Amino acid sequence: MEPDFLTIIALIVSLLVIRVTYVLYWTGRPFKRAPTTSLRTMIVLGSGGHTAEMLSIVNVLQKDKYAPRSYVAALTDNMSLQKAQVYEESLQNHENNVDKKRGGAQFMQIYRSREVGQSYITSIGTTIVAIIHAMWIVLKLRPQVILCNGPGTCIPLCACAYLLKIIGWRWCTTIYIESIARVKKLSLSGFLLYKLPLADQFFVQWPLLQQKFPRSQYAGRVM
Amino acid sequence: MRERKGVFVTVGTTSFDKLVAAVDSEPVKAALFRRGFSHLQIQIGRGTYIPSKVSGEDGELEVDYFTFSPTIADHLTAASLVISHAGSGSIFETLRLGKPLVVVVNEDLMDNHQAELAEELADRKHLFFARGPHLLAQTIESMDLESLVPYTPGNPKNIADQIDAFFGFSSPGEGSDQKGGEGEGASVSKISKLFSFFFR
Repeated sequence: MEPDFLTIIALIVSLLVIRVTYVLYWTGRPFKRAPTTSLRTMIVLGSGGHTAEMLSIVNVLQKDKYAPRSYVAALTDNMSLQKAQVYEESLQNHENNVDKKRGGAQFMQIYRSREVGQSYITSIGTTIVAIIHAMWIVLKLRPQVILCNGPGTCIPLCACAYLLKIIGWRWCTTIYIESIARVKKLSLSGFLLYKLPLADQFFVQWPLLQQKFPRSQYAGRVM
Repeated sequence: MRERKGVFVTVGTTSFDKLVAAVDSEPVKAALFRRGFSHLQIQIGRGTYIPSKVSGEDGELEVDYFTFSPTIADHLTAASLVISHAGSGSIFETLRLGKPLVVVVNEDLMDNHQAELAEELADRKHLFFARGPHLLAQTIESMDLESLVPYTPGNPKNIADQIDAFFGFSSPGEGSDQKGGEGEGASVSKISKLFSFFFR
């Protein structure tokens, strides 16, 4: 007897539920065994203090373990990618860089879901464009780690990476560090990544936030 | 002849005309002069309000301004007092140099989360905090510079170590990376293979 349409739907839904449960279970669980190669890392940059904070974190990471690195910033953000390029170039002048073997750093721009002050109606269209663009970027860069600290550009990227995780295409670990400017409340991006949950590790820089959001980690401030 | 003590005002990359106008007003300039400052340098950023330059020859506060400079580090270092907008970059750059700082919040900004940071640092006595440019004069009159507590900069290494620990990477200087049982990475690829079989 051939399975009818409803049976097939039920089967797919069950598999999806099992898979989502599996992904949710493993989200946030530390790796049992360290990766044997370096991890492809995507670093999301944002205007204002975001890029400065993010680069101060990247600066103390073991560069040979988190490589090759790619940097993503919003299309309308001119300075962030420049700062990242200057930073990566300064690394080239150091001896211990593995990048020459694994491929150098990449820099990409992404459409914003919504500009400051944009009407909410047109935002629907631009958000859809941003999500499609984010998926394209994630498929192209194939990150194993995403580092972000709050700009709205990180939501479509993290959501697409998580979707790919669910369908089993690629496993990406998302690490979120809430900005130092967030003392008592999370940013919208932080709140979404914490609640859904999309992030594997969630850092806050002030103890009050850690108390309010117990699944977050407080490991001091970055500046 | 009074000692040369400079005040540096910065609005970062923003436009904060109300602050520049407040600093350029007589009450604030008089307050600064009374507190012993000799000159005032204002970085006006993208603002359109132009302050009046004052030579300071007539026994008053000298005033000068500019829009942008590649780095304000030199101006911060030379200053005896810094008045800044509430951007985290300006705040921490100033605190790292150990300079007395007055932070002024821009009330015209929507979603003013910047005020939270300035408030917290003011509570911890690392800086003085004015909720708006209209409160600047009284903040300057009443501030007790001796009461400031130096800010100890944070260290991003703590977070980096936690990230390393998540992946099982050892921190530099420690032994080799963790070895253990089969990681979820391996289980994932098995499920992935199963799935691509189903979804082919």
